[in-house]
Amino acid sequence: MSAPFDKNDDSVVVIIGTGAGGGTLANELAQKGISVVALEAGGRHLPQDYLNDEWPSFSQLAWTDMRTTSGSWRVATDFPNLPAWIVKAVGGSTVHWAGASLRFQEHEMRVKTEYGDIEGANLLDWPITLADLEPYYDKAEDKLGVTRTHGIEGLPGNNNFKVMKAGADKLGYKDCHTGRMAINSKPRNGRASCQQLGFCFQGCKMGAKWSSAYTEIPYGEATGNLEVREHAHVLQIEHDDNGMISGVMYADQEGNRHVQKCRIACVAGNSIESPRLLLNSASTMFPDGLANSSGQVGKNYMRHMTGSVYAAFENPVHMYRGTTMAGIITDESKNDPSRGFVGGYEMETLSIGPAFMAAFLNPGAWGREFSSAMESYSRMAGMWLVGEDMPQEKNGITLSEEKDQFDMPVANVHFDDHPNDIAMRNHAYQQGMAVYDAVGATQTYPTPPYPSTHNLGTNRMSEKPEDGVVNKFGQSHDIANLFVSDGSQFTTGASENPTLTIVTLAIRQADYIAEQMNSKAL
Amino acid sequence: MPTESILHAIPLERPGTNRELMKLTRRQLLSRTVAVTGSLVLGSSFIAASNAAWAVEVKALKPESMATLIQMARDIYPHDNFSDALYAAAVKGHDDKAAEDAEFKTLIEDGIAALDKAAQDAGHANYLATGWESDRTAILRSLESSDLFQTVRGGLVVGLYNQPEVWAKLGYEGSSFDKGGYLYRGFDDISWL
Ligand SMILES: Cc1cc2nc3c(=O)[nH]c(=O)nc-3n(C[C@H](O)[C@H](O)[C@H](O)COP(=O)(O)OP(=O)(O)OC[C@H]3O[C@@H](n4cnc5c(N)ncnc54)[C@H](O)[C@@H]3O)c2cc1C
Ligand code: SF4
Repeated sequence: MSAPFDKNDDSVVVIIGTGAGGGTLANELAQKGISVVALEAGGRHLPQDYLNDEWPSFSQLAWTDMRTTSGSWRVATDFPNLPAWIVKAVGGSTVHWAGASLRFQEHEMRVKTEYGDIEGANLLDWPITLADLEPYYDKAEDKLGVTRTHGIEGLPGNNNFKVMKAGADKLGYKDCHTGRMAINSKPRNGRASCQQLGFCFQGCKMGAKWSSAYTEIPYGEATGNLEVREHAHVLQIEHDDNGMISGVMYADQEGNRHVQKCRIACVAGNSIESPRLLLNSASTMFPDGLANSSGQVGKNYMRHMTGSVYAAFENPVHMYRGTTMAGIITDESKNDPSRGFVGGYEMETLSIGPAFMAAFLNPGAWGREFSSAMESYSRMAGMWLVGEDMPQEKNGITLSEEKDQFDMPVANVHFDDHPNDIAMRNHAYQQGMAVYDAVGATQTYPTPPYPSTHNLGTNRMSEKPEDGVVNKFGQSHDIANLFVSDGSQFTTGASENPTLTIVTLAIRQADYIAEQMNSKAL
Repeated sequence: MPTESILHAIPLERPGTNRELMKLTRRQLLSRTVAVTGSLVLGSSFIAASNAAWAVEVKALKPESMATLIQMARDIYPHDNFSDALYAAAVKGHDDKAAEDAEFKTLIEDGIAALDKAAQDAGHANYLATGWESDRTAILRSLESSDLFQTVRGGLVVGLYNQPEVWAKLGYEGSSFDKGGYLYRGFDDISWL
C-alpha cells in the first residue's frame, strides 16, 4: 500500500507528533518501506512562511492550547498558562530550536552509579550505555549536518560569540568554540548555508538549520510510505480485549472525531502532551492510563537547570546579529561535586529581540532599573545556562481540572527546583557574570528560566518495568505495540541540549521496530 | 490578581490601524482644546501633544484618564528618548476595550480614581500633577497589586516593546531576511574587544 492510507488499514504504524522524535522516526520507517501515518495536531509551515518577528512568529508556531501549572518555580507565577515553549506544527519544536547538537557524556548515562543517592532525587541509570548510542549518534550527526563532526566546518563566530570567547579566554576556560550546530556552514544535503539572519528561534527562512519540517517529513513523504495528517489532534489511544493497541482517536480541524487503526502506535507529542495522552487514555483494563503499571507516567519531569546571563557593555555588541546559539563553553559540564552540586552545565550564546527581552528579562519588573537595561540592548551580550537537573518523582504532568477545546483534561505541569538545581544555577550565574565582567561589563543581569524549552523524562526508560515506562528501545513495558519516541523517554537529562539524543534514539528505535515487524514479533 | 500570563494579558498583534494615532493640524487642535496638562492637550474626545505632533481619539475613557494612563506608562517603563506618542499607542488598546466592555471601563476609571486619591493623600492635586517621577513611582508602588496597575504593566510588555519604532530607539534592527541577513552586514563587526 502507498500513502494515503485508509483509516481501517490496521497494518500501518501510527506516529503521534512530527517533531524531533516523531518526524525522524516517520522518515526512518518510511525509508525502510514501512507504511506510516503521522498525526500532527498543528498545521504545516515552511521557510517561506516563517516570520522574522518574535511575537507574530510565536503566534504562528507555538502551542498555545490551555495548560496549567503548579509548584514553586517562578514560571508558575509569571506565566501560569505557558509552562513550556513548544511548537504545534509539522516539525514540532525543531522549527523553533536553535540547533545546538551535543552528545551525552559517558557518565551521564549512569548517574545513579556516578552520583550515588541524592535525597529527593529519583535517579536511575539508563538501561543503555554511551557505546550503545555511538553508532546512532554518528548517523544522527550526519543526518542533521552537525558542525565540527564528520569533517563539517564550524560556523563563523558572531559578535555575541566574540564577547563570550574573549571572556572565556580571560577566565582560563579551555573549551570555547562556535558549537556543534545543526546549521550548515556550507550548503549540504540540499540545505543552504547560514546567512546569519539571527532568527533561528523563529524558523530558519534559509532552511540552513535542520528541522524535521522540511527534511525528514518531505523525505519520508517522497517514498510514498508516509502520510502526514495535519490538524489531527490525537485525543485517545485505543486497545483491544487483549490489551494491545488497536488504533488512535483524533479530532480534525472541524472537531470531527476519527479513528485510525494501526499495528503499532508511537507517541511523540513532547514530554507534556505524551504523558497527558497516555493518562487521558485510561480504560477499564488500564484504569491509571496506558503503560502505567509502574505509576511513573508523567513523573520525573525534567526541564534542565536553566537561566541566562545578559550583560551590558560600554560599546555596541549587536548580539542579535547572526546565529542565535553558535557559541559554547563546555568547561563546566563535567561532574565535579567540589563545586557544591553534582552534574554539570553548558554556557551557550543566546540572543532574544527586545520584544521577548521585555517579557523575559525579569518578568514583572518595572521602573528605571528595568528600562535602563532595555536601553542597553544594542550594547548587550547574552548566554544561556543549561545543565542537568534532578529527576524528582513529584515533578510532573497530571491531568488538570481544566478541559481543552475537545473537552479533554489539559496537562498540569508541576515543578519545584531541587536544591542541587539551585546550587548549580547559582554557580552558573556567578561564572556567567564572571565571563562578562572579565571583558568590562558595566551591568550584568542574572535572568530567570524561561518557559521550558527542554521538556524531558515523563515516560522514562528503565531496565526494570517497576522503575519506568519504556524499555531500552522506547517500547512500553506493559504493551508491546506501544512506543514512546520523544524526549519523554529520557531516564535522566544530562547537561547537553537534548535533541541530538532524541533523534539518535528515534533512529535506533526505527531499526528495532523494523526488526520486530520482520520477525512478526509485532 | 497574579501577573497575568503572556498569552492572556497580551494582544499579540501590535498597535495597528485601529490603534493608530490621529493626525490633527495645529489649527484644528487649538480650536478643539479643552484643557492643557503638562505636554498634553485634552479635548472633549481626544488628547494630543501640545505641538500637535500626534493626537489620540478617546472613545470610552475620560480624556484625563487617558492622559493619566500615558503618564503611568512612562513611569512604569521610563525612556526619556521616547515621545508620548509611543506610550499613547501602547495604552490606546485599553480605551478600545473599555468601549466594548463596561466592566473593564469601570476597572480603569476606578483604578485611576484610586491613583488620584493616593496622590492627594500624599499632598498632590492628582497623579498627573505630581511633579517628580520618584513621587509618582512611590504612589504606583503602593498600588502595585491593584487591577489597574497589573493590567497596564502587563499590557505594556508587548504594547510598548513590540513597536518597531521602539526597537529602532533601542538599537535593534528588526527583520533581517529581507535585507539578506547579517552575513555581509556586520554579524562579526565588533571592534572594541
Ligand atoms: C526556542 C527553542 C530553542 C531550542 N533550542 C534547542 C537547541 O539548540 N538544541 C536542542 O537540542 N534542543 C533545543 N530545543 C528543544 C527541542 O526543540 C526539543 O527538545 C525537541 O524538539 C523535542 O522533540 P520531541 O520529539 O520530544 O517533541 P517536539 O519536537 O516538540 O514535537 C512534538 C510534536 O507533537 C505534536 N503533538 C503533541 N500532542 C499531540 C497530539 N495529541 N496529537 C497530535 N500531535 C501532537 C506537537 O504539535 C509537536 O509538533 C529548543 C526548543 C525551543 C522551543
Ligand atoms: S542565523 Fe543561520 S540558522 Fe539562524 S535563522 Fe539565520 S540562516 Fe538560519
